[in-house]
Amino acid sequence: MVLVYSDNKNITIEMLSKAAELAKETKKKVTATIIGKADENLAKEYISYGADKVFIAETNLKDFKAEEYADILSKIVKETKSEIILVGSNKNGKELAARLGGLLNAGCIVDSNNVYMKNNKLLAERIVYSGNAIAVNQFNSKPAIVTIPSKAFDPLKKDTSRKGEVTKKKIDGEKSNSKIVKVTEMKTGGVNVEDAEIIVSCGRGFKNKDDIKLVQELADVLKGKTVGCSRPIAADMKWLSEEHWIGLSGHKVKPKLYIAAGISGQIQHIAGMRDSGIVVAINKDPDALIFKSADYGIVGDLYTVLPKLISAVKEKMG
Amino acid sequence: MNIIVCAKQVVDVSEMKIDSATKKPILQGVPQKISDIDKNAMEEAIKIKEKHGGKITVLTVGPANAKERIKELLAMGADEGLLVTAPENIDYHMTATLLAEAIKKIGGYNIILCGEASIDMFSGQIGPRLAANLKIPQITYAQSVTAEKDKITADRNMGEQMIITESTYPVLVTVTKEINVPRLPSLMQILASANKPINEITADSLTKNLNPLVQTIDLKGVSMERKNVVYKDDIDESVKQLVNNLAKEGVLRG
Ligand SMILES: Cc1cc2nc3c(=O)[nH]c(=O)nc-3n(C[C@H](O)[C@H](O)[C@H](O)COP(=O)(O)OP(=O)(O)OC[C@H]3O[C@@H](n4cnc5c(N)ncnc54)[C@H](O)[C@@H]3O)c2cc1C
Ligand SMILES: Nc1ncnc2c1ncn2[C@@H]1O[C@H](COP(=O)(O)O)[C@@H](O)[C@H]1O
Repeated sequence: MVLVYSDNKNITIEMLSKAAELAKETKKKVTATIIGKADENLAKEYISYGADKVFIAETNLKDFKAEEYADILSKIVKETKSEIILVGSNKNGKELAARLGGLLNAGCIVDSNNVYMKNNKLLAERIVYSGNAIAVNQFNSKPAIVTIPSKAFDPLKKDTSRKGEVTKKKIDGEKSNSKIVKVTEMKTGGVNVEDAEIIVSCGRGFKNKDDIKLVQELADVLKGKTVGCSRPIAADMKWLSEEHWIGLSGHKVKPKLYIAAGISGQIQHIAGMRDSGIVVAINKDPDALIFKSADYGIVGDLYTVLPKLISAVKEKMG
Repeated sequence: MNIIVCAKQVVDVSEMKIDSATKKPILQGVPQKISDIDKNAMEEAIKIKEKHGGKITVLTVGPANAKERIKELLAMGADEGLLVTAPENIDYHMTATLLAEAIKKIGGYNIILCGEASIDMFSGQIGPRLAANLKIPQITYAQSVTAEKDKITADRNMGEQMIITESTYPVLVTVTKEINVPRLPSLMQILASANKPINEITADSLTKNLNPLVQTIDLKGVSMERKNVVYKDDIDESVKQLVNNLAKEGVLRG
């Protein structure tokens, strides 16, 4: 069995298409998993996107705790005799998959954009060394666990005539000694850097939160509208929300045009934007690493360069 | 409070060179260092010890030369080090199993601290795997922690959510880079650390018949070719040229 689980519906649907392909090659079936409330509509939707079966583990757990979910998932893996397990690679999914690996003594590869069968072995590729290489990993044992980031695979075409079997079962996970005290939703503005065609990003070269309007303005005149940032701007200063954060530990982007202002170009930032089309860097330090990863660069103070660039772009675009 | 800091020796990815012919990274001769965030884990351990007393053990699974790295953490403030020497190509399963066996041997711990992810592989896998092997709770992505006598509370950065989680001991916590600024040891501390013990044991002495479940069979290069046109002189002129070039590239469109 190829088992698919994520608490994110979209990633689940994307993984189902990959799972269907792997199932075909291994002559197995695809089971989508729902942990929590018995949501029959969701189960139907998963079937229409390629699941042969849906396993609903009914629990009344209020919050996600990796310890408890991993225990439940390990029971589902055993019950469904699953050999390949695909888990959505968001923060919850990664710690869940890794813990599941520990519980089942199973191999696990996190953040794989490419999973396939070769000579009857499952292979999973992932980026390593901060984007300097791609490791091709081969599983020598079963079950094999792989976590898949969003947008790695295109979903199958929805087909509501597909039939599938839904199994519901109450499963009690082991209780964990940890306790969730409080959950605060972070304010987000619905920004989606991953789909943006033009991104203007800011880094520690900016002195105040207020100055970020310079990148916003440039993004606006470029009709890109999308602002990105380096890790410190989102994680230390908290000037922008996590959805703007680009890099190894943030979002991976591939716009046609990426402009980095006041960003030094450390490899962990480059890891998130190396697939961009044209890269432009603005930095006052002529030796800044970012120029090595840029097509065009201007050495200068961003507070002088950006206003001039904004008006020049305005003029050019009419 | 007895604290174990899991620290990994990694290659310094920012010093890595790419072979121009194969586009593959050259792994030989790259400087080694402690994975960045493991220093944050170390710093947090020191803070907890300053408050509650106790002992900090640094634990590393790695090659024999990782001893030098452990010394850096002893200089920061760890009390002793334990190096499990292991063969080169070990996978997450083997590393986590060895860490778990070593920790059982150390015994009597309250908190295990790991980095959110290691800088070379960036998997974030070892922490949760190890917690599973030891059957203890895991608190991941901690941005701040408060350790009290019988419980620890952490603010976790989960992206779209901030989650406050607490747990009794023993517990495994993975920390983010933002949790603190690791201290730089003074020369005195560096000298004094020479007297702190580093024990060395082999993987075999902990557990036998450990085989990789996953093997890296190839390392593919990734190339990034850029034009590297840099304007350094007059800003007005630079801006003009840049905009003309962007127009030519077809990225300026209404
Ligand atoms: C495990 C790990 C994961 C990480 N993940 C990420 C990640 O996902 N994304 C990320 O971005 N980073 C990440 N980092 C951090 C990364 O290593 C760098 O620390 C970070 O990218 C630096 O951000 P910065 O360029 O904004 O700041 P700095 O490195 O401080 O650079 C500021 C730049 O601005 C320039 N500058 C200053 N003033 C001006 C001015 N007036 N005009 C023009 N230029 C000016 C300076 O010359 C300098 O180059 C990670 C680090 C670790 C250890
Ligand atoms: N070989 C190792 N020895 C000790 N600790 C390790 C080792 N590998 C990983 N870790 C710990 O696990 C964390 C996450 O590593 P990774 O799963 O490789 O991203 C690191 O920050 C360390 O705290």
